[in-house]
Amino acid sequence: MRATRQRGRGRVAPTAGLRPPPGASRRRRRIGRALLYVVLVLGAVPTMLPFVWLIRSALMNDNQIFIAPPEWIPRPFEWSNFTGALTAQPFGRYLLNTMIIEVLVVTGTVATCSIAAFSFARLRWRGRNVVFAILLSSVMLPYAVTLIPTFVMWRSLGALDTFVPLTVPAFFGGAGGGVFNIFLLRQFFLTIPFELDEAAYIDGASPLRVFWSIILPLSRPALVVVTIFTFIGVWNDFLGPLLYLNDESKYTLALGLASFQSVYTAQWGYLMAASAAVIAPIIVLFFFLQRYFIEGVTLTGIKS
Amino acid sequence: MAAVLTRKPDATARPRAARARVSGQARLERRWGIGLAMPAILGFLIFTIGPMLASFFFSLTDWTIGGSPSFIGLDNYRTLWNDELFWKSLFVTTYYTLGSVPLVLVLGFVLALLLNQKVRWLSFWRTIYYLPTLVPAIASAVLWIWIFNPDFGLLNSLLRQAGLPTSQWIYSETAVIPSMIIMSSWGFGNAMVIFLAGLQGVPRHLYEAVSIDGGGAWQRFRHVTLPMMTPTIFYNLVTGVIGTFQVFNQAYVMTQGGPNNASLFYIYYLYRTAFTESEMGYASALAWVLFMIIVLVTFALFQNARRWVYYEMAGAR
Repeated sequence: MRATRQRGRGRVAPTAGLRPPPGASRRRRRIGRALLYVVLVLGAVPTMLPFVWLIRSALMNDNQIFIAPPEWIPRPFEWSNFTGALTAQPFGRYLLNTMIIEVLVVTGTVATCSIAAFSFARLRWRGRNVVFAILLSSVMLPYAVTLIPTFVMWRSLGALDTFVPLTVPAFFGGAGGGVFNIFLLRQFFLTIPFELDEAAYIDGASPLRVFWSIILPLSRPALVVVTIFTFIGVWNDFLGPLLYLNDESKYTLALGLASFQSVYTAQWGYLMAASAAVIAPIIVLFFFLQRYFIEGVTLTGIKS
Repeated sequence: MAAVLTRKPDATARPRAARARVSGQARLERRWGIGLAMPAILGFLIFTIGPMLASFFFSLTDWTIGGSPSFIGLDNYRTLWNDELFWKSLFVTTYYTLGSVPLVLVLGFVLALLLNQKVRWLSFWRTIYYLPTLVPAIASAVLWIWIFNPDFGLLNSLLRQAGLPTSQWIYSETAVIPSMIIMSSWGFGNAMVIFLAGLQGVPRHLYEAVSIDGGGAWQRFRHVTLPMMTPTIFYNLVTGVIGTFQVFNQAYVMTQGGPNNASLFYIYYLYRTAFTESEMGYASALAWVLFMIIVLVTFALFQNARRWVYYEMAGAR
């Protein structure tokens, strides 16, 4: 049955624009396809192995984890690693801190990047393209160049050990990486027919109204992409919290995990459980928003 | 939806004919236009241009946190020239870049080619190969320390079972960078997805043309896929190089630059200079040198690209 379905698929190919395979080479094609699956499976093994290692270690007690040669099935399943690790340090607090920063950064970035993109894409003003080009040029700038003065600035403003340095830049076009969001949204806004704005303006609408009632509703996919990638950026950010947060009660998840790692150096069960807990939400998010993820990477990849 | 997303408008100006110039409309747009772009412009001035100039000024001083800066001209840059650790960190970073970028590019390209065919459970495969890219850098650093553990880690366990010689991985001066390169290859998913996007943009009719001329799969790859993909390869190459030059997390969490500075990545050295030794002036000089290196390397890549990157528009010009 499998074989007939395969052959059925083979016949689909010509509609995709390829020449129909001559009958003689059909077998060769079938071998080719089998080989393809073999390679895909073989490639998936090293890709997934670290995950398997993570999960099995997260569920083992110290006796089992240090057995050589290693065992793959935890016996028994040591679920207490998770409760142990997550209560050894206030991971709940870290999660709350991370979410506070997430909400502020995502809100700020989406709001200011989209209004800037709207301005650059759909409102005509003198110098618009020059300003946009200058903004865009900062994409190439290594973050190390602005790192030290920015730190010094926040320090002299007394903002160290607060969320201010981690969140306020988001309300100014995301700063740094935010320029890419502006670029992305601008590209998207340009694909919306301009007749819509014209009609609204004739009816006496203000630019803000056009933005809110016409452009935003039509741009949901692009906004979702920016939201997701901003969210992940914050979730993964390590250097920012490392520089600006000292008090443990203000740590984010990434920073909390790093400090956990330096305290519980040899308690691998705990460490793996904590890591799994930090990884899991992003992977769950990925499964729900998979379509947007791939689209987003595709979109960000196309940069001329 | 994808079609809408990837469509590239060729003109940014709106069609003039479609626009009735109502008096007042131009003024309205100018006022709102500048106003709405203002947060982003201010952000650029406050968080990019300002710090850039400040950083350059700092690099000309001997400023340490707590002290007061005095102007020392190019002294920092001169010191840098004779700074063994500077050269070491540059070497480490270049070594890592030369190993990691080609590996990630090749893996990403091969997998993209495979997954660009009519494969069953396509989104399943894409998910599998993309998943490692999603793992937060710190979590993956913690995981890989455990994988590299010489006694009980995954890699040595497998090698031992296969009867092969084991390694000290990140705990050995010679093996630490190769180890980090192996680890970086785990994250080829981003490159892969960008390659997939590129492959979907290759015009089908070109393949037909090769087939009509009697060309097989190899000819299709050699004369259509590869040349049409050079811009995407180039994009991944440039962003990959810029990215690997700025590696920090691995050095901080996994090795603290060791053993014996064998994994002293450039940014880690800069971080240590600035935030452990408080040498803000010297660290700023390091930052500016990195900036110049990145500009030079990018420029060199663009120069080199003229020889092998194929742009469809080039003929039309």
